[in-house]
Amino acid sequence: MGSRGRQGTANMRRSNVQDGLFAPDKVSYIHRTPRGLSKRIVEEIAYVKKEPEWMRRVRLSAHQTFLRRKAPVWGPDIASVDFANLHYYIRPTEKVAQRWSDVPAPIRKTYDRIGIPRAERKYLMGVMAQYESEAVYHSIQEKLAQTGVIFTDMDTAVRQHPEIIQRYFGTVVPAADNKFSALNTAVWSGGSFVYVPAGVRVALPLQAYYRINAPQVGQFERTLIIAEPGSYVHYVEGCTAPRYSTSSLHSAVVEIIVKKGARVRYTTVQNWSKNVFNLVTKRSFVYEEGIMEWVDGNIGSGVTMKYPSVYLLGRKARGEVLSMACAGTGQVIDAGARAIHGAPETSSRIISKSISKGTGRTSYRGLVRIPRGMRGSASHVSCDALLLNPRARSDTYPRMEVYEPQARVGHEASVGRIGEEQLFYLQSRGLSEQEAVSMIVAGFVEPIAKELPLEYAVELNRLLEYEMSNAVG
Amino acid sequence: MKSLEIKKLRVAIGGTRILQDVSLSMAPREIHAIMGPNGSGKSTFAATIMGRPDCAVQSGSIRLFGKEIRKLDPEKRAHAGLFMSFQHPVEVPGLSTEHFLRTAYNTTHPRTRLGPVEFRTRFEMYANRLRISIDLARRFLNEGFSGGERKKLEVLQMLVLEPRVVVLDEIDSGLDVDALKLIAQAIRARARKGTSVLLITHYARILKYLKPDRVHILIGGTIVKSGRAALANAIERRGYEKSVDGTKIVRRNS
Repeated sequence: MGSRGRQGTANMRRSNVQDGLFAPDKVSYIHRTPRGLSKRIVEEIAYVKKEPEWMRRVRLSAHQTFLRRKAPVWGPDIASVDFANLHYYIRPTEKVAQRWSDVPAPIRKTYDRIGIPRAERKYLMGVMAQYESEAVYHSIQEKLAQTGVIFTDMDTAVRQHPEIIQRYFGTVVPAADNKFSALNTAVWSGGSFVYVPAGVRVALPLQAYYRINAPQVGQFERTLIIAEPGSYVHYVEGCTAPRYSTSSLHSAVVEIIVKKGARVRYTTVQNWSKNVFNLVTKRSFVYEEGIMEWVDGNIGSGVTMKYPSVYLLGRKARGEVLSMACAGTGQVIDAGARAIHGAPETSSRIISKSISKGTGRTSYRGLVRIPRGMRGSASHVSCDALLLNPRARSDTYPRMEVYEPQARVGHEASVGRIGEEQLFYLQSRGLSEQEAVSMIVAGFVEPIAKELPLEYAVELNRLLEYEMSNAVG
Repeated sequence: MKSLEIKKLRVAIGGTRILQDVSLSMAPREIHAIMGPNGSGKSTFAATIMGRPDCAVQSGSIRLFGKEIRKLDPEKRAHAGLFMSFQHPVEVPGLSTEHFLRTAYNTTHPRTRLGPVEFRTRFEMYANRLRISIDLARRFLNEGFSGGERKKLEVLQMLVLEPRVVVLDEIDSGLDVDALKLIAQAIRARARKGTSVLLITHYARILKYLKPDRVHILIGGTIVKSGRAALANAIERRGYEKSVDGTKIVRRNS
């Protein structure tokens, strides 16, 4: 059955090749640092990007931290990440393009395949696409600018809004948080900066597309979102990457600050190619009556470690993490959530849905912490796993550190397989076994899929259908 | 031509013989009832016709409009016009009933595929006929439905999918009198359109509203007696043992 699972993966790749998504493009790189990481490389990155002195210092200090810190000893095996063999900075074009027509043709072609312009024409307000390590295409419509919303790539933000960046950068995820946040802080490039002024509600989702397109490129996006009191924004990040035989490292840091009464939703559909290590630190600080929602879908990558976190720091702050993982043969997706209740009357909800097929492994790794004194706080965790083959595996590591006697805490977990009777029922109505499995899987992830913007929900279902082809054995 | 023709069917589940030498033949528009005590093999008979993988046909044949189907996957049988209602319909969380049923309709009717709007019109018409609330029909497939609601939803699926041969496995259990009348009416309407109906039931109750052309009594995995509608009444009055003279009744646990 494992072999049939592998076949399934191969089929999916073929389909994607037909779609052109995984066909590598030829792009000439304007600047690329040599392989490996050293103080000199870090300085070179700061120099090439013409960054202010303070950012150069931040990078260099983070590099020192990176050298000191050990990789986490828990979780998936990431020993094969070859830090010395990666390019840490690649820039394909001279500067950030302002209009679609300014984007170099090969890159435009790639985006045409992913469908950005179409998506934009339809209903996007602002699109910022990331190619390699830097944003090359970036458009903000008048309306956004008029309301005072800033939506730009991080490199531009450092130059144009140094006062905001210097104030918040690294305050939610310090460089010293873990080895990979240190690495990201040292060599970050690209990513998004979103600033929403007080009381402004951004009606349509802000979207960014990411793509790794060269072998052995490490991508180290850095995203910072600040929602001032009473504001609202939904940020959407999606990935699709071509497949190469050498390992690629993707290690992003996302910092979000949700001020009093503000609400931020951050949606990801991650479909990195199977050779990518996806080691991401995502965290948010949520103040009084603020709401933070992470919606996180993981389908691709070889190894993923990602635990979107909510630090509830003001009364009645609320955090939600909805996470979905689908791991096929050879994939390890270690995902989960952290909810730290740092104020009374705070609440958190974590929903995790994982699917494992072939020899794929998914894990839910979660932490809920409610210290003494956080009265009236509540947390609910539910994680469900669906195993499609006997060799597929799912583990649950739920940690609950609850010291407040008045806190309400709930936890439920389930592991299931697709039942013979379920399959027979759907087949008796005319569906093939594969269609039946796809429908059962789609139903399983429905609680997450319904939270996605429509085109992402459609994309997710399509990807799952690919993944489910020949999944049954 | 016969719509459903079963000859000398012998079936085992996990090596245990459940049915032997079961034969039955039906014409379009006919309603047949299979009655029998618990554990007589009624549900296995239904599941075997539909092709449940664990029901191993050891010998005999199942023909649908003259075509042998005993080796076909269940979905191929559905494409050939067969439908079975489940005694215990299965929940599929997160799967919209309407979306599922439209997909099922379009795969079984490739020449008359329906778009979402056309399908909804038809779906709602049949739901109204069965007095199923639209809200219920919009919920996820069988999730959180009561026993009676599930049975009604099975009949709704039958109406929507327009099969030519239906096997209804205890469609009458768990229904109140009003619901029973409604679904009997719906089944009769289906038969008038040419569909053959094989009703599997414990009780003669539903047969008051749905006059069967033939009644077969299945005991110990074999049809021990067949007759007209009156046979069902005899069973209701006198029980299985006295209605089947001279046959040794072997009971098994289901």
